[in-house]
Amino acid sequence: MRPNLFALALCSASLFAMAAKAETLTIATVNNGDMIRMQGLTEDFTSQNPDIELNWVTLEENVLRQNVTQDIATGGGQYDIVTIGTYEVPIWGKQNWLEPLSDLPADYNVDDLLPSIRAGLSVDGTLYAVPFYGESSFVMYRNDLAEAKGVTIPAQPTWDDIKKAAAALHDPDNGVYGICLRGKAGWGENTAFLTTMANSYGARWFDENWQPQFNSPEWKAAITDYLDLMNSYGPPGASSNGFNENLTLFQQGKCGMWIDATVAGSFVTDPNNSTVADKVGFALAPDAGKGKRANWLWAWSLGIPASSDAKDSAKKFLAWATGSGYTALVAEKEGWANVPPGTRTSLYANQEYLSAAPFAQMTIDSINAADPTKPTVDPVPYTGVQFVAIPEFQGLGTSVGQEFSAALAGEKTAEEALAAAQEIATTTMTEAGYIK
Amino acid sequence: MSTQASRSAARLMLSPAVIFLLVWMIVPLALTLWFSFQRYNLLAPERSGFIWFDNYLSFVSSPAFWGAIVNTLILVVGVLAVTVIGGLLVALLIDQPIWGQGPVRILVIAPFFIMPPVAALIWKNMFFNPTNGLFGELFKFVGLRPFDFLGQAPLASIVVIVAWQWLPFATLILLTALQSLSSEQLEAAEMDGAPPLKRFGYIVLPHLARAITVVVLIQTIFLLGILVEILVTTNGGPGAQSTTLTFLVYKEAILDSDAGTAAAGGVVAVVLANIVAIFLMRAIGKNLDA
Repeated sequence: MRPNLFALALCSASLFAMAAKAETLTIATVNNGDMIRMQGLTEDFTSQNPDIELNWVTLEENVLRQNVTQDIATGGGQYDIVTIGTYEVPIWGKQNWLEPLSDLPADYNVDDLLPSIRAGLSVDGTLYAVPFYGESSFVMYRNDLAEAKGVTIPAQPTWDDIKKAAAALHDPDNGVYGICLRGKAGWGENTAFLTTMANSYGARWFDENWQPQFNSPEWKAAITDYLDLMNSYGPPGASSNGFNENLTLFQQGKCGMWIDATVAGSFVTDPNNSTVADKVGFALAPDAGKGKRANWLWAWSLGIPASSDAKDSAKKFLAWATGSGYTALVAEKEGWANVPPGTRTSLYANQEYLSAAPFAQMTIDSINAADPTKPTVDPVPYTGVQFVAIPEFQGLGTSVGQEFSAALAGEKTAEEALAAAQEIATTTMTEAGYIK
Repeated sequence: MSTQASRSAARLMLSPAVIFLLVWMIVPLALTLWFSFQRYNLLAPERSGFIWFDNYLSFVSSPAFWGAIVNTLILVVGVLAVTVIGGLLVALLIDQPIWGQGPVRILVIAPFFIMPPVAALIWKNMFFNPTNGLFGELFKFVGLRPFDFLGQAPLASIVVIVAWQWLPFATLILLTALQSLSSEQLEAAEMDGAPPLKRFGYIVLPHLARAITVVVLIQTIFLLGILVEILVTTNGGPGAQSTTLTFLVYKEAILDSDAGTAAAGGVVAVVLANIVAIFLMRAIGKNLDA
């Protein structure tokens, strides 16, 4: 009896020790291609760190955002690592909901991160999340059609160039529409695009005292031009087109031009899905001669909630997943074209990558052209290029997007939509205590 | 004849179930009421506290509120009209002895088993889409400019999608009711010289009154809460043209992370739903007493 009991005690003690040793990291992540690829490659990490187990929670973007927001805001502590964007990081960092990442290992080489992306993920110079992939926006166009119609789209176009090109490429009888732009309402859909367009026209969401600026002539010019472009040369039903809808249209050869995320570059040039894979040209997002281009900046990033109980292990994982070693691992297993783009300077000095990805140079130029700390021509009290990094923006941006969407559907004029946007923004900002 | 003792024993034995149900209902309701009096925004925890009726005021005075009520009513009434009338016609049709009755009935019922987001996406991308959709192609085929359904008539389009989903339910209930109607009664009326429309109006329709009431009541309960179809297709837009009360609450709770105002909106929605229910019960509920 006695030896048995002893053996049992020993056994349970060793079990206990094992349980204490194997730490589980719960990781909330988004269901896009790059993140799914990372899950397939984690054996490299777990073999280096046998004492850490990974538990993935993979969600669609909007569900992820709701889930993670609720967990972190109520201190739920469900996740050890969360996948968040450049919108959340500055807000949550300020609330002390995220663990500051000031003590990353030296071989992580934090100075290699692209400066604009790093600025977007920092609060007062402290990094709160590390980027997994970054994107901006640029112009994609059909170079075969442009050649046939005799128009050239310069590498650094102005909005006038875009208007001319849209008019020339527009050929609805043959099922080609001059330009496809986002029209579906949502802070991450049409509001994102229109905010960058307005930035390039010299407009801004708020002045330094948080007074909404939708009554400015710059906003009016931007929205009027957008409506002109879309009504004259856009596809029918544009007011319900978001990123995915426009991607489908472009891949089917129904758009002459499309201004959207740089990550689309790899989709429209993929011969398996795109009928126009070898006929796509790229250009920087347009400007209006005011010194700002209409391109945004977004980075899916990994952060550690302050409520996590496994912060040291989580940091190890962050360093692995966003370090240059991971880039090399993907390149070796899946080829250079599949490497997560837009986070490190060194990637864009790599000749192998540049020759495998035709859109690489445009991507890095676009990212470098965006500055989340100074997004507009006139000074603003907020950070963020295609969004305003305040908690109220998700709701406000969506309401304003609905007004612009209504204008595109012909239900309102540009003036009415802007007046409504001004009223909504004033009410929201007053209720939230920004306007005293 | 129950004695005092057996009655109290019965009460004692019933009480666990009753208490369970009561707690099940009271706790969420009480929490919702409590939150609705708080300034409680998940993303702005430093600004919180008891604020009386401010949440209700800001919800009711928001520019989208009255439009949302009207939209909710249009959606519910529109879908009810289409499903009850359409369901009646389809039920009459497939009640006839026709060739291939089994497969036809299964096909008619099939839409009910398709998940709402899937149905909404299919309608959006394969039918309504003016460049890729079937309707757009039909318009082009007859030489017209494709009509942008979700942009120009968003609420009507959503009514079509939801009605398509709920038509099988109405058909199914009405079909079973039709089958319980004795054919002798109809034959007798026919022999007495009653024409088809009169037979329908005086025999079939009164017989179906109770089934129609059930369809209307059950569907109203579900239709007041329609969200997914709107979220997937129009996102409440363009403008606020397809924003219903449910969508407005969703927007407050999820996009604005404003638990306080969303709770107030939920309470308002519950009150309004009860008003609708009272009217409905008054108008057609007496059918159920017979």
